Amino acid sequence: MSDAFAEQVGQLARRSVVRTARQPANVVFPLVFPLLLLSVNATGLQSATQLPGFPTDSYFAFALAVPFMQGALFATMNAGTDLARDIQTGFLNRLALTPMRGIALLGGQLGGVMAMTAVQAAVWIATGLIFGVHFAAGVGGIAVLFVFSLLIGLGFGALGAFLALRTGSGEAVQGMFPVFFVFLFISSMAMPRNLIEIDWFQTAATLNPVSYLIEAIRSLIIIGWDPEALALGFGVAILIAVVALALASVSLRTRLTRS
Amino acid sequence: MRTLSVAEGVAWRVLHNVFTNPSLLVPSLIFPLFFFTAFAGGLSRIDQVPGFDYPPGYTAFQFVFVLLQSAAFGGVFTGFGIARDFESGFGRRLLLSAPHRSGIVLGYAAAALVRWLVTAAVVTVVALLVGMEVAGSGIDLVGLYTLAVCLNIAAILWATGVALRLRTMQAGPVMQMPVFLLLFFAPVYVPLALLQGWIHGVATYNPITRVLEAGRGFLAGSPTEVGLAFGVAVALVLAFSLWALRGLRSAEQAG
Repeated sequence: MSDAFAEQVGQLARRSVVRTARQPANVVFPLVFPLLLLSVNATGLQSATQLPGFPTDSYFAFALAVPFMQGALFATMNAGTDLARDIQTGFLNRLALTPMRGIALLGGQLGGVMAMTAVQAAVWIATGLIFGVHFAAGVGGIAVLFVFSLLIGLGFGALGAFLALRTGSGEAVQGMFPVFFVFLFISSMAMPRNLIEIDWFQTAATLNPVSYLIEAIRSLIIIGWDPEALALGFGVAILIAVVALALASVSLRTRLTRS
Repeated sequence: MRTLSVAEGVAWRVLHNVFTNPSLLVPSLIFPLFFFTAFAGGLSRIDQVPGFDYPPGYTAFQFVFVLLQSAAFGGVFTGFGIARDFESGFGRRLLLSAPHRSGIVLGYAAAALVRWLVTAAVVTVVALLVGMEVAGSGIDLVGLYTLAVCLNIAAILWATGVALRLRTMQAGPVMQMPVFLLLFFAPVYVPLALLQGWIHGVATYNPITRVLEAGRGFLAGSPTEVGLAFGVAVALVLAFSLWALRGLRSAEQAG
């Protein structure tokens, strides 16, 4: 990577982080809302741990995986909206007049998303530790969890960037939020898949890639080192990241056509 | 009479905007269905938790929560529209042109109610299609939907008061968050008796718990805490009526 390219990525990543930090709603909401839901769900559903076959006696530990996904969704929507705003305000067109490489824009934007993801992951892990969650995979598991969060942030951030570049509209990006939410809700978010009673829901959760992301995180928290869950989780996360990055790169090339 | 004509004009405009703009209409229809699907579908085995006793089943148990939640958020969503009106300057023109300004609040409330009735119809039809068991009689169901109407009116009056005081779209979280907390600090997933820890204490004193438990009682055909629930619902409507009207005064003074 040349110095000039690294500087371009660095400058745009810095801009992305500073812009997010200057909008308190973009920082506070993705942190507070998942914690609030975790608190409500963990206490409200504690009695679910009495179901035969439930994998842990703490619903809080079971549900701690969910904020990692919710946080990624919020950060993604915010990042996508910011990039769309750059398109709407003409900032991207002005950048196109400079020698900046298109891929640096994507790298910078995703750098900002991943910085936010890192902060979120640190908050979720700290919350778990403060509230007495014993991470079954130990310190090494926490490190893997952190890396896995960044990988999810990269994939979902690229997806947000793709939507922004494809539509060029912040409203259109925000309009995709319910779609992402469906993926989160129709997953093993609230109950292990083998304990989901409704057949179609269990099938949908099994087909839903988000289930495998959640289960990989959950395995590190409540089970320990589960090679199958981790392989599936990392496989799905890498696939999402590769596909989303490819789509975003193609859209960026179209959007940044210099004529 | 003038108040009613103002209310009619405001309500028609809001409803026209909502029903001709999918980006406003769809979320208020889709989100309750999301919650219903996720809760009633994903968590259906909760009714096998020892001590869970709700004869119509978990789908009906969650339907009542989702119905009341859609009523409350239907009010809040309309509050977003009021804030948008004032941010764009339309609200000020409305204040200038309306001979009886309380009709503005009445119009927004009427629009929120009609908007929610559509949502309630969709949620109810979906619940019946997926086999929800209804054990309550016709009178019981009137009780359930009347409670939901009260909650819808209370929520729109709350959101109206906030929107008229702050007059910006950035007031959205202020309207939304307290409603969200009140709803989710009630017995959402299991009956009150099965809640453990701090949430049990909070839910016990949360007024929405009374409304929720009464609503579930109606659907199960065994009404419970009816007087208390209606007392809470009417008190919320009266308190937030004052809140909204004082908000109107605040908007008038701001010019």
